[in-house]
Amino acid sequence: MKLKTLLFWASIALIVVLTCTFVMAGKAITLKGSDTLLLLGQRWAELYMQKNPGVVIQVTGGGSGVGIAALINGSTDICQASRKMKDSEKQKLRDRYFSMGVEIPVAKDGVTLYINENNPIEEMTLDQIRDIYTGKVTNWSQLGGPDAKIIVYGRENSSGTYVFFRETALKNADYTSSMQSLPGTAAVVNAVAKDKYGIGYGGAAYAKGVKELAIKTAKGSFKPNTETVKSGQYPLSRDLYWYLQSKPTGEIKKLIDWVLSPEGQEVVKKVGYFTVK
Amino acid sequence: MSLKRTRFKYFGESLIEGNIKLTATVAIAAVFLIFIFIMKESLPIFFSGQVRQEISFGQFFNGIQWQPVSENPRFSLWPIILGSLKVTLIALLFSVPVAVGAALFSSEFAGRKLKEAIKPTVELLAGIPSVVLGFFALMVMASFLKSVFGWTFRLNAINAGIALGFAIIPAIYSLAEDAINAVPRSYREAALGLGASPWQTAAKVVLPAALPGVSAAVLFGMGRAVGETMVVLMAAGNAPLFSFNPLDSTRTMTATIAAELGEVVFGSGHYHALFFIGLVLFAVTFVINMVSWAMFDGLMRKLYGVKK
Repeated sequence: MKLKTLLFWASIALIVVLTCTFVMAGKAITLKGSDTLLLLGQRWAELYMQKNPGVVIQVTGGGSGVGIAALINGSTDICQASRKMKDSEKQKLRDRYFSMGVEIPVAKDGVTLYINENNPIEEMTLDQIRDIYTGKVTNWSQLGGPDAKIIVYGRENSSGTYVFFRETALKNADYTSSMQSLPGTAAVVNAVAKDKYGIGYGGAAYAKGVKELAIKTAKGSFKPNTETVKSGQYPLSRDLYWYLQSKPTGEIKKLIDWVLSPEGQEVVKKVGYFTVK
Repeated sequence: MSLKRTRFKYFGESLIEGNIKLTATVAIAAVFLIFIFIMKESLPIFFSGQVRQEISFGQFFNGIQWQPVSENPRFSLWPIILGSLKVTLIALLFSVPVAVGAALFSSEFAGRKLKEAIKPTVELLAGIPSVVLGFFALMVMASFLKSVFGWTFRLNAINAGIALGFAIIPAIYSLAEDAINAVPRSYREAALGLGASPWQTAAKVVLPAALPGVSAAVLFGMGRAVGETMVVLMAAGNAPLFSFNPLDSTRTMTATIAAELGEVVFGSGHYHALFFIGLVLFAVTFVINMVSWAMFDGLMRKLYGVKK
């Protein structure tokens, strides 16, 4: 009996301590959303926490849509998104908080097409890319490559990159049903690196161990790099955003100022994305 | 013992009893509440005018395309239902012979020491998180199978099915072993006494006697396979193709929910469609599990008379 009573009080004490820990942890700044921005967000957080002891930043991925939903539900301070907010989402934010939300471009990205390093193809036009992703072209020989089936990889439809690619590269046509959707850009890169006849897309920063495809336009053939993305010559360039419920104040404002400062933008370059300014 | 102390003891016991009752009720209530929640979120497809403008019940069974994020969304469930069935079937084809064979071996042929080694080892397999199995299938097994057989798609239904098979072997093994062990000694003694070899006894007497229980084990494994998410999400390639070919990449119902629920706009047609898939899954696994338990119960009754 005595032991049981002791256990009872011990468990009560444990619960109290745990609750307190959770309440305290609530003081952290949370970043949530795009998997494309996840890498960058983590680097920013690490560096910023090193420089400002006492500030805690938590970064999670899940996809742009997840982040925006979290912003609307109030479960994150900052939402990282690789696409603009939809009107329906802005409407929800307005209904709840009487605010239009604050949009801050924090970096630029060129959505890159990855192919296997052993694939002889170097460049493609946007039309050819669209044909592959809508299922019109299914064999590499139709593009001047080897006679083999094209294995099409893409992202899940919870991804901002999925939506951006469909709107920009596919001009809103549907992806072919035979596209294999993988969870996360890293998974796509990994699949293409292992699959000789694969093709995939995702952020420029992730292109390790695969070949970046150049996109052929009327003005020439461009790979995503600082100049082509900034000038918009690379046709699949896009801004990456941070969204907030309302005008930032206090710690969050300091964090945003730092991210947009030359020091914060240096991190952008290091990770493999492109600076806003 | 003083009166005060007895009273305290009585109070303490009723407190504990109340606690146990409460936890039991909470467990049952949780199942019901989950069911009610899924119903509540999927029923607007039938009754809410606003939702029905986006999606109607007929769309689930019309056509063969699952394209929920599109200018012209299509919500046919056929490709993902077929995907779930295909992967489950492959998982069963792979795991049932292994698991039932192992159960028969460990209860009929293995010596005591070996038996004591096999059982915990197989059950250890149940302790591998499914995300680890999925990761293994994604990174290692897919490349291996592709290089051996030269398949076009690295991630396909067979790859996912085999990984899923590993996930359900422990469940099938434990139940099947229980069923085989439940066959009374007298059956074996009678068979051996009539001159049957140990193998004949196991294959022609013990296994048939335990068959309802073994089938229940298989069905239980099937219920697990239909509901398993992480392995198929990672290893099957997730292309919503309507294809019977096991070498094509495949998307299952569970993977669809897991992959899409995060993004979906709250309250949209797509949102309710995902809950409807959840309802279908819930119903399917519920029926499979019920049949499985009824069969197991039937076996016990057959072998030991009325059991209560």
